[in-house]
Amino acid sequence: MNIPLTIEGVRASLSKKEFSIEELVSEYLERINANRDLNAFITISEERAFGQAKNLDLSKSLAGVVVAHKDLFLTKGIKTTAASKVLESFVPEYSATVVSRMEEAGAIMIGKANCDAWAHGASGENSDFGPTKNPWNKDYVSGGSSSGSAAAVAAGLSLVSTGTDTGGSIRNPANFCGVVGLKPTYGAVSRYGIIAMASSLDSPGCFAHTVEDVEKIFNFIKGPDGFDSTVKELQSFKPKSKMKIGVPKEYFIEGIDKEVEKSVLQAIQVFKRSGVELVDISLPHTKYSIDVYYIVQPAEVSSNLGRYDGIRYGNGRESFGEEAVRRIMLGTYVLSAGYYDAYYLKAQKVRSLLIKDFDQAFQKVDAIIAPVMPTSAFKLGEKAADPLQMYLADIFTSSANLAGIPGIAIPSGFDAKGLPLGFQLLGSRFSEPILFELGKTYQKITGYKPQLAK
Amino acid sequence: MQKLTKKDVEHVAKLAKLNLSKTETEKYLKQLSVVLDYISELSEVDTKNIQPTNQTTGLEDVYRLDEIDNKNCLSQDQALSGTDKIYNGYFKVGAILSERSDK
Repeated sequence: MNIPLTIEGVRASLSKKEFSIEELVSEYLERINANRDLNAFITISEERAFGQAKNLDLSKSLAGVVVAHKDLFLTKGIKTTAASKVLESFVPEYSATVVSRMEEAGAIMIGKANCDAWAHGASGENSDFGPTKNPWNKDYVSGGSSSGSAAAVAAGLSLVSTGTDTGGSIRNPANFCGVVGLKPTYGAVSRYGIIAMASSLDSPGCFAHTVEDVEKIFNFIKGPDGFDSTVKELQSFKPKSKMKIGVPKEYFIEGIDKEVEKSVLQAIQVFKRSGVELVDISLPHTKYSIDVYYIVQPAEVSSNLGRYDGIRYGNGRESFGEEAVRRIMLGTYVLSAGYYDAYYLKAQKVRSLLIKDFDQAFQKVDAIIAPVMPTSAFKLGEKAADPLQMYLADIFTSSANLAGIPGIAIPSGFDAKGLPLGFQLLGSRFSEPILFELGKTYQKITGYKPQLAK
Repeated sequence: MQKLTKKDVEHVAKLAKLNLSKTETEKYLKQLSVVLDYISELSEVDTKNIQPTNQTTGLEDVYRLDEIDNKNCLSQDQALSGTDKIYNGYFKVGAILSERSDK
């Protein structure tokens, strides 16, 4: 059965009765079964999906949109593990705001997507339930931490999916799997019911094949819910008729793969042709973003993972996997007496400088274009033994989280190995409408036709 | 920046309530030293008169009324549903005190 790759397409097929909702759900379940080797799912919620399909009001805006939720999002009555052995049999008593908002809009949950345990990772290999494979080549990683969410959409196992981005965990796997991934502004989408990683950085977002669909999902999940006091009502940000995109020289450095660089430069040319003005800019503290990130993030991780004591739910602390232990140790150390000033406080001050860089840049430009990852997907196992090398993979993504600004990863073709390439657009806080406008322009001009991984 | 020692690793593990074996302690000592060494390049940044950032929303003092909304409460059964270590409607925890031996 052929399922369209856009929300509009699926809804048109449903209203033309090309297939029923039940047939749609069955087809996705069959595909998930046939692609078990990708390891994109931890739990498949077949019964729930058919139950939702049965009572579905087709007039709802997301009716028939099949979604996979990262297994970090609480789903009432459906096992939620954070891909960790600590929560291997945890069944939540309530759902995350993002989950219930999508459900209310008519989306059908097909299952819970694999990810790096507790969202700690850039490759998907830190899942306690095995790595997710890249659908374009199964010897390669899918990226992480929202590994299964990106792989599921790329392989056609779900139309859309949700994820969280704390240092690149949506943009990175979107880039490695060739789909669109949105990391919203910090404070645009409620974190209620999402297992916390680093609370000043966590941004819930989504994946789809097109910018238009990511925008649609975003419009349903954004906005205050009364349960997350960091969420603000969005300011109305109108895209201008003549826009400027900044090209930061610090993101085109030695060590970046030539094919990745070339692909971003080609995207820049596309924007130029569309009438956007390109401006050279500088974000001088970029090189320190990884240092700041690997102090602030583990510090917050160590605090958030303190609650897992095996008393009220879940297994005890001996069940933490290696990467979680590493981050708890690092975070506890940088917060401990005698080291707090040198590491944590220093990092928070440099964070202010990073934010200032972006503030100054956004006085001159409406958005910034940059590579997402320094390379295309790497091989499974290639970086797994060297934590520092894995951490350095976040070099181009973590600064957006530290500054709390939105970013969208957009596919831009394939490298010689047949692996997806892409770029990211970053905007000032709450400027998502500008990013969507630019992203849609790019996909329109290039005649982008979504395709499934084969 | 000071070098990370085995004693530091053991101390931090204790603070974080993690039991590490000898081999694990050695492994984390090595791996964390490499990471700490890398991130200490931050010390070269001049941060004189720079205020630290701990959040990016700019929001201040977000309040709600101190009221109970039953819709948003878990029942006792729901709250206890995550564990089978319960007793008379309470969570059961390991003893943290032991009986005095000098009585």
